[in-house]
Formats: sequence, C-alpha cells, structure tokens
Amino acid sequence: MFYREVGQYKTTYQADMAVFPILQDRIGIAVILAIAFIAIPLFASEFIIMSVMVPFLVFALAAIGLNILTGYTGLISLGSGAFMGVGAYACYKLTTLFPGVNIIVWIIVSGFFSAAIGVVFGIPSLRIKGFYLAVATLAAQFFLQWCFVRIPWLYNYNVSGAIEVPERTLFGVAITGARATPEMRYLVLLTIVVALTWLASNLVHGRIGRSWMAVRDMDIAAELMGIKLLPTKLLAFAVSSFYCGVAGACMMFLWYGGGEANDAFNVNQSFNVLFMVIIGGLGSLLGSFLGSFFISTLPTLLKFGVPAIGIPLTGAFAEHLTHVMVGALIIFFLIVEPHGLARLWQIAKQKLRVWPFPY
Amino acid sequence: MKRFKWTMAAALVAGLISAAPEPAAAQDTVFIPLLTYRTGPFASSGIPIADGMRDYLEMINQRDGGINGVKIVIEECETGYDTKKGVECYDSLRSRNPVVVNPYSTGITLQLIPRAAVDKVPMLSMAYGLSASAEGNIFPWIFNPPATYWDGASVMVAYMAQREGGFEKLRGKKLGLIHLDAPYGKEPIPVLEVLAARYGFELKLYPVAAADMQNQSSVWLNIRRDRPDYLYNQGWGAMNPTAVREAIRNNFPIDRLVGVWWAGGDDDARAGGAQARGYRSLSFHQAGTNFPVIQDILKFVADRNLSRVATRDRIGENLYNRGVYNSMLMVEAIRTAQQLTGRKAVTAEDVRRGFESLNITEARLKEIGMEGFAAPVRLNCADHNGHNNVFVNEWDGTRYVRSSDWIAPLRDVVRPLIEDAAKKYAEANAGWPRRTEVCDQRS
Repeated sequence: MFYREVGQYKTTYQADMAVFPILQDRIGIAVILAIAFIAIPLFASEFIIMSVMVPFLVFALAAIGLNILTGYTGLISLGSGAFMGVGAYACYKLTTLFPGVNIIVWIIVSGFFSAAIGVVFGIPSLRIKGFYLAVATLAAQFFLQWCFVRIPWLYNYNVSGAIEVPERTLFGVAITGARATPEMRYLVLLTIVVALTWLASNLVHGRIGRSWMAVRDMDIAAELMGIKLLPTKLLAFAVSSFYCGVAGACMMFLWYGGGEANDAFNVNQSFNVLFMVIIGGLGSLLGSFLGSFFISTLPTLLKFGVPAIGIPLTGAFAEHLTHVMVGALIIFFLIVEPHGLARLWQIAKQKLRVWPFPY
Repeated sequence: MKRFKWTMAAALVAGLISAAPEPAAAQDTVFIPLLTYRTGPFASSGIPIADGMRDYLEMINQRDGGINGVKIVIEECETGYDTKKGVECYDSLRSRNPVVVNPYSTGITLQLIPRAAVDKVPMLSMAYGLSASAEGNIFPWIFNPPATYWDGASVMVAYMAQREGGFEKLRGKKLGLIHLDAPYGKEPIPVLEVLAARYGFELKLYPVAAADMQNQSSVWLNIRRDRPDYLYNQGWGAMNPTAVREAIRNNFPIDRLVGVWWAGGDDDARAGGAQARGYRSLSFHQAGTNFPVIQDILKFVADRNLSRVATRDRIGENLYNRGVYNSMLMVEAIRTAQQLTGRKAVTAEDVRRGFESLNITEARLKEIGMEGFAAPVRLNCADHNGHNNVFVNEWDGTRYVRSSDWIAPLRDVVRPLIEDAAKKYAEANAGWPRRTEVCDQRS
C-alpha cells in the first residue's frame, strides 16, 4: 500500500533502469537529504552532530569503500584502517606542503594516494583468494601502520608522533581546526559523502559494477565472458582504497582534528569497518550506511542516550554493557539475517508493497 | 494499539535525539567533570586515580559544604583512555559549563588543547600532556603543574648522576627508555636526546606498542643485548606490571629501573612480588594515609560509604594520592578564583585566572592537611607548570617510600626547550590565536 507502483508507467529504457524506479523512493531520498542538509544543522545539538552524525558519515564512507571490494567484488580485505591512514597522512602532508590549496581539494586528492597504495597491495589478488587474500591485506595493515609510526617525515617530525590539523578555511569560514563549528564540518563532510555515494552508485550500477559482480560470483566464468580479471580486481582495489582514503582524511581533518596511527588507524579500525559491512549487508550501498550507523553510534547512544531517558548508568558499566550488547547484537543479526540490515530493509519494503494482503 | 506503539517508539526516538544535557544547575555550584577510565587496558592505573580525584572533591563537599560554601557537582565520564571517547565525553559535558576539565590522557589532552582556547575552558593536565603547554603566553588555557615530562626526564638524568657520583661520570653510560609507543611515551625523547649529547651518555629507545603491552619479550630481548645501565620507564596501564616482571625475569637490576611518576602504581610493583622490592618511580607527593587530608577522606567519605574504592586499604596508594593531589589543585585554583573575583560561583574564565595566580605555599599546604605531602606550587602567567622538584620513590615490598631528596629538574635545559617547542607548535598550527587574556598580577 505504501509502495503501490500502480500507475507509475515507465516509457523509456532510461526510466526503467533508474536507481530509484519508484516515486516513493525518490520522495524518501529527497526527504532524507533535506533532513540531513537542513534540519540537522539547524536543530541538532553540537553533541549530536559531532558524536553521532560525523562519525556515522565518516564510517559510512569507509564502509562503502570496503563494500566495493568485499561486497561487490568478493575480495576480502582487512587493511581498510591502514588505507584510511594513507588518506589522512597524505592529506596532512599535502596541506602542510601546499597550504594555499583548499583543503577539500586535498581531502579528495589524498584518496588517489590511497588508491595507488591499494593497487600495489591488490596485485596479489589475481593469484590468491579468500582467507589468503585477507592475510595479505592484513600485512598491508601492519606494514602501513608501521610506516606511519616509524617515518617521522609523515608527521612532520612532530615530537609526540601525532598529526595536528591546522586551521583551513572555505570562503573565509574555518572548516578544519579548533575554530571550525560542528555545523560547518558536518556540512562539508555530508557534501563529500553524498557526492561520493552518488558516484559509487553510478559505478556499481554500470558496466564496471557488473564486471565486479561477475568476478565476485564466479571469476572463471567472468574471464570466459571476456572480463579481464587483473584490471577489474585492481580497479576494485583502487576505488575501494580511494573511498577509504577520503574517509581517513575526513576522519582526521573534519572529525578528530589530530591524532596518531596507533590510535586511529590500527587493526581494530579495519575490523570495525568490516563489521559495518557485514552487519549492514554485503554488496549494498544502503547497507554501508545502516551498518556504519549501527556500529559507530550504538555505543554513544547507549552511553549517553540511556542516562538521558532517565536510566542511571555509570560510565564504566555502560562501557561493559556496550561491549556485551554489540557482541550479542552482532551474533543475533548474523543468525537472524545473515545478509545484513540492508536485506531486512528490503524485506520490510516488500511487505509494505503488498500490505495489507500478504501472499 | 498499534498506533500507541508507534507513538511510544517515536517518543523514544525523539527523546534520544533531543537528549540535550540539562541546563547548568543552580547559582551556588561549580561543575567539575572527571574524565576517568575504569575500563579497558589502562584501568589498572585509571581506577585508583579516578577514586582519588572523586573522593577529595566529595570530602570537600561533605566536610566544608563545598569550596567556601559552593557545592561541587561531580560527574564522571568514562573514556576508556580512548581518545575518541574522551573527546566525545568532552563534547557531551561542555554545554554544562565545566569550570575546569582534566582529560587524564595525553592523547585526549593533545586533541583538546586547540579547543580549550576556543571554548574558553581551562584544562588541567597535571604533570602529563604536552610538555610545551607549560608556556602560558602561547597556551593561556592549559595548565600542567607541578612538572612536565621533560622535567621528569631531566630529573631521571640528574638522579642517574647522583647514583654514579656526578654528571661527569655519565659519559659512556647507557640509558634506556622503555616507553609506550604513543604520544605519552614519546614525550621525554627530545629532552633525553639533548641531555645525552650534553653529558655524553648513550640513549636507547625501546618502544612498546599498546597492543604488545603485556607481551614485551622482544623488547626485553633487545634490552638484554644492549645492557643499559639504567632504564627509564614511561609506561602506563598494563604495560608497567609487565615491565617490572620482565625486568625481574631478565635479571635486570630492579633498582636501576626507574619509572616516570605514572609508572608508580602500587599494582605495578606488586606484580613483581618480593623481587620487585627496590623498584623506583619519580613522584611529587607522598603515598600513605598518614596525612590529615587522607584521614579526612577516610572519615567523611569512606566511613559514609560515599567512596567507590574497591576496598578501604586502597586509599593512600600512590596513584590514589595522585588523584587527591590533582583534585586539590583544582579546588585551590577555584578558591583563588573566588578571592580574585570576589564571587562565589566562579566561571571557567575565573578559574583560568585562578590557576595563573595559584600559589600553594607551605603554610597553605598545612591548612589543607597536606603538610609534608607535597611541595609548594606556584604558577604565573608565563609559567603554567612551575618545573617543581620531584623525588624518587622506592617500593619496599608493600608500599612506596621516599628514597631520595627532592631533585630539581634541569630547568636551564628544559625551559628554553619548552619555549622553543611552544613557539613551533603555534607556527605549525596556522592561525593559532595570540594571547589576549589579561594577566593578573596579584603577587
């Protein structure tokens, strides 16, 4: 009833191939974008923006990156944390070497550095698959993290080994550094995320995405159909690392405002992103967003939201509870819906389509 | 029924989203949030500090009804020693007008330093954080008394010289720095490098990654190979007891393993059993319960079951007393701010001025029941640290006892380095605000 398609005629091939063929979906997207771009900066508190929305968007970007590799191309990676680090350190070096160029340009360009490193570590993917590839990417994680800690040039020989984000402006308004308001950071981040999501959506729905999925579903068959495996896999690695790199740069510059690799880009971060992709749904852009929201904001909501509705919880207890609940919920979801939250949403949509007359 | 459920769900969601913290409480209170960590790999060090900080403030509330009658609103926020969670805590507490914030982690401090000046909240990073932030002209909102890590490292060198019989005897010696591979652990390196060049000793670095805190065998393999004459331990949390145990296992003379003040937890030494006797750490206050202030905590807090300590005998442990000392500094700064402004409910800006005029004399220490507990502290506009003397504690098998005189940091080396580093920090952070805060010259 809510998803009644009756009367929505498609008269061109283009209309039939649209990403959102149903009017209700298009309205829904427009409403979500309006809330994200207008309502949240206007009405949400600084805490909600900085501790809920910004982490959610940063991780959504990283999850899209990993989803392109793992969900769409079927190559498991445990190096996404390190690729995020490449983006962050590249962006830091670029903006300190060329402070005149706008920081948003460097945030995007740093993605290309990450893509290049990703391609290098993606070369073994032609010969090895599955767990073996996962271990190879884990090597990338440790090697790159080692570089971030042990090559002082990367953090400009800072005594503490951390990168400190300088103030950078856009049209005279600070968007990084301490004086940047949460609203500005959020809007810049949101714009980047929306633009890159649109790009990713076009990629995965087009020829390139189809070749990725063909490789994922059966690489020999894909090769027989004329898809060249190495370029396809390497492209997946490049695009995936690009997204992770941009996410890492956003994380350091628009969210953390400084930090160091052992804390921000360690193997736990890689696992975090992997959990987001698995919980959200492999091979689904929507899943990247749902998974990221679930994993990155659940602890915050538990720790601050539960006391806010009047249930007293001490910090330490909330912390333990978070660990227990996140663990339990992950197991629960994997049993009840192994295809992730995105699949749950599809089921709900299907139910709404036929409601109130279930078959 | 269904509609009711939906309404409930919507209300719940709305409640969560609009969960803005309640507005600041009544006029005659000051809000002091405590960023603590009672969970995670650093909890063993974090818990006694959290208890000590809380209990002193609670004691002031119970015994005196607050600071000059102004009640302290205490609230803990759990950081897990995780930078991201710490910043999240800060964000959630900031709208409630805290008069002072203690990040209690070098990583969190580094994140919050640029924000302190923008948000106008004074930050107390008591003997931790960025050493360069001792320069008040560049960091008017950051305070790190009574000594920086650079002071600590220089005291370590001076102590080494004492044991060897003079600075000239240091030539050809080897000093190892076993440190947590994080901003906290790396802090003393630059000053040790300068001193190594000056006195001709060799500096060896032994970084321990946070993930390997409890598995240091590879690091100790290197230590066994290099055979340093002294080891300076800049570790934290689970790293310290492991270092003590490894030192014993590797036959490293335990009295030559000297921790920075944070590596002086009772549990750190206790882990080594009887053989840990002789383990040393720097300190700037005494351990034990033999002081009126600790007796008052026992009487007004522990006896009334207001403390969160696991067992009563943990009161008086070294790190517990460090928490007490930390809270004492905040309370004295607020008291000074009250004197300066003549107002009772002081603001964050007032407390910043209070810190700059902080002058805890011998007589004042006696008044607050801390005679002999710690040394006088005096800050001013330019010097937010004091570079005070520290002494060396020794583990006697059951508790820490003072084993050296007060040792002065090599201020002639440390202070210029700090001023230089502060200037570099401001240059690297383009647009670093110039100090506009007026200087109180009370004294």
